[in-house]
Amino acid sequence: MTGLPLHAPPLWRQVLPYVALLGLALLIYFVFPDQLPMAARIAALAIFVMSLDLVVGYGGLATLGHSAMYGVGAYAAGLLAMHLTGNPLLGLLAGACAGALLAFLSGLFLLRYEGLTFLMLTIAISQIAQNLASKLRTWTGGEDGLSGFAIGKILGLASFDLQGRVAFVYCFAAMFICLWLMRRLMASPFGLACVGIHQNRQRMAALGTRIRWQLLKLYTIAGAFAGISGALAAQVAQIVGLDTLGFELSAEALVMLVLGGAGNLWGALAGTVIFASIHHWASTLNPYHWLFIIGGMLVTVVLVPRERWGQALARRMQVFRRAAAPAGGSS
Amino acid sequence: MLANILIDGIAYGMVLFIIAVGLSVTLGLMRFVNLAHGAFAMTGGYLAAWLVGEQGWPFAWGLLAAVVLTGLLGMLLEALVLRRLYRRSELEQVLFTIGLTFLFVATANLLAGPEVQLIPLPGWLKTPVDLGIRTLPAQRLLVIAAGLAVLLLSAWVLGRSRFGIWLRATVDNTGTAAALGIPVQWVYALTFGVGAALAGLGGILGAELMPLEPYYPIKYLVLVLVVVAVGGMGSITGSAVAALALGTIETASKYLASDWGSLFFFLSMALFLAWRPQGLLVARRA
Repeated sequence: MTGLPLHAPPLWRQVLPYVALLGLALLIYFVFPDQLPMAARIAALAIFVMSLDLVVGYGGLATLGHSAMYGVGAYAAGLLAMHLTGNPLLGLLAGACAGALLAFLSGLFLLRYEGLTFLMLTIAISQIAQNLASKLRTWTGGEDGLSGFAIGKILGLASFDLQGRVAFVYCFAAMFICLWLMRRLMASPFGLACVGIHQNRQRMAALGTRIRWQLLKLYTIAGAFAGISGALAAQVAQIVGLDTLGFELSAEALVMLVLGGAGNLWGALAGTVIFASIHHWASTLNPYHWLFIIGGMLVTVVLVPRERWGQALARRMQVFRRAAAPAGGSS
Repeated sequence: MLANILIDGIAYGMVLFIIAVGLSVTLGLMRFVNLAHGAFAMTGGYLAAWLVGEQGWPFAWGLLAAVVLTGLLGMLLEALVLRRLYRRSELEQVLFTIGLTFLFVATANLLAGPEVQLIPLPGWLKTPVDLGIRTLPAQRLLVIAAGLAVLLLSAWVLGRSRFGIWLRATVDNTGTAAALGIPVQWVYALTFGVGAALAGLGGILGAELMPLEPYYPIKYLVLVLVVVAVGGMGSITGSAVAALALGTIETASKYLASDWGSLFFFLSMALFLAWRPQGLLVARRA
């Protein structure tokens, strides 16, 4: 799952997934132009799920409070645009700094604990952040949310249009860069150390790794990416609500992550796309019926592990091939 | 004012405790992360509302039937599905039981609609009772008495009874326990069922404080989990102390500083956990 190869695969195999991803983006841009706003939201959300993957999938820290960093990043970007400057890239920077700062400060406290205690404390942090945001209504707008800020032109070139073209290109480019950065990071010695801590804490400690320090670094970096994701979402939607800090967002992101496969950033991306697409398709349904779908998905994913799906698929393919082979030979 | 806060806080804490006992046992002793526990509390409440409100059963019988049915549902789920998940990772258990919770929420809405369900109280529970010092609503007294009874009974069963010995042996080493002739599968199923039944009882008794609606299991899950985590997993007395403390804090902050929401609840939880990460009654290991 999280095992990384010691020998780097050939260059074309490393580049191929990125090319495929670019191709997919071009396809969406030119063939499904009416889906662009949704695709932009998915791209922003994917950064959040990937940053959650750093913590849960690579670091092995089960958290249900990751949305705190997302929300803080969103509020930071919104407040910056409202009071200082509408420069979107500076907004992303502000979001990253806010997310990283919160992750660093809460991580100093949180990472002293493990397991269920850690999980409950992450929920507490995000709940405290949400309650504070609701209380400080002069700054955050409270229940009504923060709105009425304008975002300037991206790189001085293009401003957001109604069809969502610029938003999509902007979000997709940000996601592409973040994905590349995170993959590089997790293939580095630091990333390998994090995977090692996940697999065996005692052994890594015996090898001389400073466990808490490495995890704090990981948590802070993931917080920065979560903040970027929140800032992107805030800039595109031009509103920040209290739900960006809430428990539901963390739980849903965890579902997306596990759907695609934790410990693999491509899996996090795929899970986000699948989940968001189903959600989009099911949004016309009664919200309660949507719960039947997501509940059913969760139950199935656990009861039938992904490996078994893969095996079943492979067996199908073999049967097909065998059936096709004699037909091909006789012609 | 202070007395009101104390009485309401203790009643609230008792409800939290009754719901949390089962979760504390499954989490602490059986090592199964059951986030669907709140769904059992909702099931009990909905069944009672249906039996008493629509079928016209007397309150006491409706309550008893609802509790027993919830317990049977819990046993059935344990025997059919959950048993297969004991050896899976924590994350998988979390995901499965969250999924199960969503299914319960959707089903509750399908069967009863999105409205809040009410359990009509009989006359003898509505009348205030004069205790000499002050008068109290009888419903509050029933909740507090039930909480005390659950506390004493479960502490006795787990600590002193033959069944408690069986349970502790089973969770320590299932293979050896089975070889010694302990019916391990029944022990697991029964423990889970009783925990679910108690959650159902808590759901019924707490319906006035925690309104029964389809999102109930998600809304109150965090509260119950907090109680279990602060009290220490598997510790009955710890859960009781945590539930009473947190219940009183939450009630006090509702009375005195309602616009701060649940801030003080989560703040005190973070402080409790930072002070005693293994549970309130367990001293930190050096």
